[in-house]
Amino acid sequence: MDLDNRIPENSKFTVFNVVTGIILAGGLVLTILRFTMGLGVVTNLDNNNPWGIWIGFDLLCGVALAAGGYVTSAACYLFGLKRFHSAVRPAILTAFLGYALVVLALHYDVGRPWRLPYPIFYSQGTSSLLFEVGLCVFLYITVLFIEFSPSAMEWLGFKKLRNWVVKLTLLLTIFGVILSTLHQSSLGALFMIAPSKLHPLWYSSYLPVYFFISSMFAGMSMVIFEGSLAHRYLKHKMDETHLSESRGVAFGFAKAASFVMMGYVCIKIIGLSIDDNWHYLFTGWGLWFLLELVGFVLFPAILYAVGSREKNLVLVRLASIWTVLGIVLNRLNISVVAFNWHLPSAERYCPSFMEISTSVFIVTLGIVVYKFIATRMPILHEHPDYKAH
Amino acid sequence: MAISRRKFLGSFGAAIGATTTGSLTKAYGAANKHFKGYPGSSGVLHDTTKCIGCRKCEQACTKVNDLPQPEKSFEDLSVLDKKRRTQAYEYTVVNQFQAKEKVFVKKQCNHCLEPACASACFVKAFKKTPAGPVVYDDSLCVGCRYCMVACPFEIPAYEYDKVLTPRVTKCTMCAPRLEEGKLPGCVEACPREALIFGEREALIKIAKIRIQKHPDQYVDHVYGEYEMGGTSWLYLSGQPFETIGMREDLGTKSAPELTSGPLSAVPIVVGLWPVLLTGVYAISKRKDKIAKEEKDEALQEARVQANEEMNQKIEELREKMTKEKTAAINFEIKKALEEAAKEKEAEAGEEQDSKTTEKLEDSEDKGKQEE
Repeated sequence: MDLDNRIPENSKFTVFNVVTGIILAGGLVLTILRFTMGLGVVTNLDNNNPWGIWIGFDLLCGVALAAGGYVTSAACYLFGLKRFHSAVRPAILTAFLGYALVVLALHYDVGRPWRLPYPIFYSQGTSSLLFEVGLCVFLYITVLFIEFSPSAMEWLGFKKLRNWVVKLTLLLTIFGVILSTLHQSSLGALFMIAPSKLHPLWYSSYLPVYFFISSMFAGMSMVIFEGSLAHRYLKHKMDETHLSESRGVAFGFAKAASFVMMGYVCIKIIGLSIDDNWHYLFTGWGLWFLLELVGFVLFPAILYAVGSREKNLVLVRLASIWTVLGIVLNRLNISVVAFNWHLPSAERYCPSFMEISTSVFIVTLGIVVYKFIATRMPILHEHPDYKAH
Repeated sequence: MAISRRKFLGSFGAAIGATTTGSLTKAYGAANKHFKGYPGSSGVLHDTTKCIGCRKCEQACTKVNDLPQPEKSFEDLSVLDKKRRTQAYEYTVVNQFQAKEKVFVKKQCNHCLEPACASACFVKAFKKTPAGPVVYDDSLCVGCRYCMVACPFEIPAYEYDKVLTPRVTKCTMCAPRLEEGKLPGCVEACPREALIFGEREALIKIAKIRIQKHPDQYVDHVYGEYEMGGTSWLYLSGQPFETIGMREDLGTKSAPELTSGPLSAVPIVVGLWPVLLTGVYAISKRKDKIAKEEKDEALQEARVQANEEMNQKIEELREKMTKEKTAAINFEIKKALEEAAKEKEAEAGEEQDSKTTEKLEDSEDKGKQEE
């Protein structure tokens, strides 16, 4: 009997559980520090640099990389690409968790987090793009929750409610695309108010368009990237349909992402020409800009194109990681690296160890919750009672 | 370059406007829509050529706003050696610049006519009052610090040291004192009249008269008249403003103008996307439907064709069989006739030997064959 009890207990101490356990415990300490000592102690933020990586990474990258939700559901339900159906649920779950974590991260960053509902319910600053972001994120997280809820209801056995919610799919998908268009682009438009602070190579009146277009391939790349992770670690949870469709999803999104990324490079060049910023390309900032645009957009776009043509899954997965890194680079460039470029280096911002750790903690939390849900609810497979859908 | 392009585009736009609406006045009317500030609102004129860097204004600011005393006293002018910015508990700072000669410049909130901070705030914690000051309401503030990102003059500061009640702080132009009919603390304390408080319009006139009277002493520009859409604080300088720490590349567009484009896209997206997306959905549905219909039709056709083909084959087979049958019968008949003919020939040879007996047999054989 003793031995029987010990086996399941031992299995709890896997590498995954130990590492994430340590990170989560560290995150708890950081949380206590943040809410007892204040931002001044935990972060390297100052009056010149009011936004750090909690905004640049947690918010901007978090939202961009959670775009897989609207991209996949639109592909499946609006554009009628039914072979993407098995990818919808994992994408919606990731998007929902992504947005939930964005909101959680904001609680660390803003001064009085309990006032976060103020802009929506109490005092609406409608002239602010941040208001638009806040309203859309609030509405979209609600939409994502409803879109995700059938999985939980199937798990819990709420059959009637589940069937009723499933009927809303089309409406929710359209609503989700509208809200995503608005807040993905508004996140870029946030920086349009500060042309004197953001480097001209990144500042553009097209910022909202750039953010929206790049969110599309960010979302597709995340679906491919997550798919490869899920295949490695959660394959036993996948059903026949999921396994047979997943290659098609990867190659389909690879091809689409390749096209969108090429288009993105084109509109970036158009922006460069309209503002006549060519001369900046020959400075250090120009090289950094080219690294982002050529090294982390054009290059993975070509990888995607070759990978989808030759049906090379390894190449496609590599391209997806590369693209995700490119998105992170772009968002950090705009919010942190090329922001306040005019200031002397002593007045520039560099994230503190505790800021980075908090971001790592939040990402880890997301992975743990994803794993918890994906191993219990019908995410990577269809619930046997609801196969008809 | 930029101006000529803008001019070109402007004339192009005007031409389109003229041809489409037939009236140029409309296009110009829109271009003239420019907020010049609340009429009669107050401001302060800072004549940097008169400033001696005594820091009396800083001291007065700390006093009237009940701010904590700094480590180094206000008499200690060594703090001027380092360039400073406004901080959470320093609403104003005096900086020293070494241009052609030593210049002192006071820095504080410029109280924009259309403030970036107010435009950026998503809870309306900042407000431009008709009297002139831009004021802040900490009972609304969430602490997102977007105002600090937005401010082109890098003025708002944040109480990073406060854990649960951090506020954004900045110069209030002493709005509460103005209501009591008093002067702003710094203006009252200035011993050299480097700061003059008054109606903004009047201050601009004074500034321009000074420039006119002493063109050798002043740069021909009133900083703040148009910068970022205009500010309530105005500056005069004897040195190029860029050399005394004031940016000359901010442009004359106000902050709300910078973001009006993306904001105006919102209703268009909300209005257009449902139509477009429902359209995409309808098209994909219809494609599915047509594909299904075509498939059904093709199936039906195939079925009909298969039937016809089968019937034809059966017919052919039948024909073939009947043909074969008749051919076989004919062949049999022919064969029988031939055999009969042969027999006849053989009989004819034997006829001479036994005529009478064979005649009988012959008639019997014929009868058998006919049967």
